[in-house]
Amino acid sequence: MMLVVKNLKVSYGKIEAIKDVSFEVPDGKIVTLIGANGAGKTTTLRAISGLEKCAAGSIEFDGKNITNMEAHKLVPLGISHVPEGRKIFPTLTVRENLELAGWTLKDKKLIKERMEDVFEVFPRIKERANQLGGTLSGGEQQMLAVGRALVTGGKILLLDEPSMGLAPVLVDEIFHQIVEINKRGMTVLLVEQNAAEALDIADFAYVLEVGYTTISGTAKEIAEDPRVREAYLGV
Amino acid sequence: MTKVKLPKFLIASVVFYAIIEALFRLEVLNGYILHIINQSLIFVILAASLNLINGITGQFSLGHMGFAGVGAYVSGTLTTIILKLNPTVTSNMGIFVLCLLAGGVAAAFIGFLIGFPSLRLKGDYLAIVTLGFGEIIRTVFNNIDYVGGPRGLLGIPKFSNFTLIFIAAFLLIVIMRNIIQSSHGRAMLSIRENELAADLVGINTTQYKVMAFTIGAFFAGIAGGLLAHLIQLAHPTQFGFIKSVEVLIMIYAGGVGSMTGSIIAAFGLTFLSEGLRIGIRALADATNLPIGGEWRMVIYSLLLIFIMLFRTEGLMGTKESRIIKIEEAD
Repeated sequence: MMLVVKNLKVSYGKIEAIKDVSFEVPDGKIVTLIGANGAGKTTTLRAISGLEKCAAGSIEFDGKNITNMEAHKLVPLGISHVPEGRKIFPTLTVRENLELAGWTLKDKKLIKERMEDVFEVFPRIKERANQLGGTLSGGEQQMLAVGRALVTGGKILLLDEPSMGLAPVLVDEIFHQIVEINKRGMTVLLVEQNAAEALDIADFAYVLEVGYTTISGTAKEIAEDPRVREAYLGV
Repeated sequence: MTKVKLPKFLIASVVFYAIIEALFRLEVLNGYILHIINQSLIFVILAASLNLINGITGQFSLGHMGFAGVGAYVSGTLTTIILKLNPTVTSNMGIFVLCLLAGGVAAAFIGFLIGFPSLRLKGDYLAIVTLGFGEIIRTVFNNIDYVGGPRGLLGIPKFSNFTLIFIAAFLLIVIMRNIIQSSHGRAMLSIRENELAADLVGINTTQYKVMAFTIGAFFAGIAGGLLAHLIQLAHPTQFGFIKSVEVLIMIYAGGVGSMTGSIIAAFGLTFLSEGLRIGIRALADATNLPIGGEWRMVIYSLLLIFIMLFRTEGLMGTKESRIIKIEEAD
C-alpha cells in the first residue's frame, strides 16, 4: 500500500472537521475521495501533507508512519500536494515556478528532465513558459500547479479539486492529463466534487460524509451504488 | 588574459565615500550636513534590514526599532562601563566594534526569541504581536534605573563617525544583496509570494521566516548601537512605535522588496525632513507669515500621500539598481 490512513481525526479548535476517516491508496492506482462541501476532503489532504495536525489516528506512507510530520519534510519523502485554488507563484514566470518546485532536488539535470516531462503532458504550459504565472488563465494555472508537483516528483500526487472553476472543456482536458500522469507511474489521490468525472477515471473510491468515510469500493461499484447515484451523481 | 573586474557597487561606494570625505575636508559640507548624512546611513541600515523581513519575506513587522533599542542599550551600556573602568579607551575603535557586535547579537537573540513563537501568525496578527513587542522593549528601558529609566542612557562616548557608519552600511548592503540573490533569499521571496505553495515545494517556511527575522534584528541592533554612539544618548522614545513606522514608511516609499529603494528613501526622507525644517523657517522669515516648524510634518505627510497615490509600488517598485545587483558570470 502506498498510503494507509487509519481513524484520522482533525479539529480546528473545538470544531472537528474530520472525525473518523480511514482509507487506503494502492501503488500505481487512482483513488478518489468524493463528498459534499464541508465533508472534510480538503482537510484530509492537508493532514496527509502535514499542513494540519492530526488529533488522533495514523497516516502511513510507503510503510513509514508520517503522522504529524512537517510539510517540508514530507516533500522529499515523495508527497506532492496540489492545493485547492492552485496557489502558484504569480510574479514568477511559468519556467521559474517549475524550477522552484525542484527546491528539494540537488540534481539540476533531473529538474530539467522533469520539466521536459511536464511540457510533454501539458503542451499549453510549454507555450507559456516565459509568461508570468499570474497572467495564465485558470485552467493553465491548474496545469502549472500540477506540473509543479510533477517536477517536485514523489510517489503520490494529492490533487485537491483540480476541476474547480474551470470551463467544462478544460475539465475534460485536466482529467485526461491526470490519467496520463498516472500511466507514467504516479499514484494519485484525487479529491473532487465533480463525482461523475472523478469516478470515471478512478480505480477506487471513498465517500466522505460530515467527517466520516461512509461508503467505499471500486470506482465502478461506487458509481452504481444507488445512494451515491442519488446524492452525488444526480441520477 | 582575463580582465579583473571590480564590482560596480564597490566602485560606487568608494567614490561616494571619497566625495563626501573630500567635501567635508574642504569645508564645503559642515558638521550639520555630515550629521544628517550619518543619520541617513543609519536609516539605510534600518530600512534595508526591515526590508528583508517585510519586503522580501513578506512578514509585516511593526517593532523594528525595538531591536534597534536593544542594540543601542546593550552596546551603550558596555561602552560606558568600559569607559568608566579605563578612560583612555575612547580612541580604541576595536573595542567599540566589539560592543556594537554584542548589541547586534543581543538584538538578534531577542529577534529569534520573539520570532520563533510569533511567526506562526500571519499578516495583521503578526503586526500586532511585533507592535506589542516594540512597546514592551520601550517600557522595559523606561523602567530600568541602571540605564537611566525615562531620562535615557547618558554619557555614551561618541564613537560613531562617518567612516565607521559608512563601512557598516556598505557591509550591510553587500550582505543583504548576497542573501537576497542566494537560494535562501529565493526561499524567502517564495514565502512572500505564496506561503502555502512554498511549504508544498518543500521549503521550511518557519525556518526561513525566523532566519529573516533574526538577521533583520541583528542589523537593526547594529544600527541602534551606531545611533546611540552618534548622538551620545539612548532614550526610550527613540525606539517607540512611531519610529518603527518611520522606517516602515521608508521601505514603502522606496518600494517594498527593493534595496535600492530603501537606500534612496532613507536618504531622501531624512534629508527632506531636515530640509523642510530649514525651508519653512526661511519662508516664515521672508514672508512674515505665522508658520512654525511644525508645518514641516504636514508637508512631509502630504508628500508621502502623493507618492502612494501616484507611485503605489514605491519609487523603485521591486526593481533593483544595476549597481547593487551581483553581476552574473558570463
